[in-house]
Amino acid sequence: MTPSRLSRRKMLQAAGALAGTGGFLRLAIRPAAATPEMMQEAVRNAVGEAPIKKGKVKIDLPPLVENGNSVPCTVSVDSPMTRADHVKAIHIFNEKNPQPNVISVQLGPRAGRAAFSTRIRLADTQTVTAIAEMSDGTCWSDDIYVIVTLAACIEEPN
Amino acid sequence: MARALIHVPATAKRGEIIEIKTLISHVMETGYRIGVTGAPIPRDIITDFVCTYDGEKVFRARLFPAIAANPYITFFTVATASGTLTFSWTDQHGATQVQTAAITVE
Repeated sequence: MTPSRLSRRKMLQAAGALAGTGGFLRLAIRPAAATPEMMQEAVRNAVGEAPIKKGKVKIDLPPLVENGNSVPCTVSVDSPMTRADHVKAIHIFNEKNPQPNVISVQLGPRAGRAAFSTRIRLADTQTVTAIAEMSDGTCWSDDIYVIVTLAACIEEPN
Repeated sequence: MARALIHVPATAKRGEIIEIKTLISHVMETGYRIGVTGAPIPRDIITDFVCTYDGEKVFRARLFPAIAANPYITFFTVATASGTLTFSWTDQHGATQVQTAAITVE
């Protein structure tokens, strides 16, 4: 009796361990979505420990996106763009794509106007944040909540 | 690497802020998609874009997989002098495509 009970327990343990590994492997392969915490970490990696204030930055995205594979996105920052006072960098982050970073742009007084446009991918309905680093070391941000009906990244390849 | 389209105004007044539009054809494969065989499709993206104006860097962007296929980037610069704008895109394997545009400043 005893050996059979033991072996049953062992087998169950082994099965449990296997299921655990299987789940882990699946997690590792599947595009695990970024979390707001991962985004915060990415923000800190990009701009350091400087406090981030709301304002000066304007991020423009359509509030309702039909296709997340290509979403027009414009960021502009209120700055005179002179040698003494200009925008050094602008970063865009997202909460729920597999990676929190979207784009990081470096500018200088030669830009004349602190603005740029691009097209981005959005994997889910989420908040997109733009952060501008100024020449005086301050950081300003803006965010926008975007509803996505067809998500990017998960579609079937042709 | 691929075909690139650039729009720079042919002429500008000195000190004028001009808009530059760039587009390069590239799949920007994220690396998160699963192919028909069930294996993930390897990542293939452009990671870096730089624009220089007569050798001086005016704009640089670091791209991530969240940039849509055929990266389209528009930005601004001040037309300081007649010269050449150089645009270069570098992919994750280190291959670089360079394209230039001339501007006349009056």
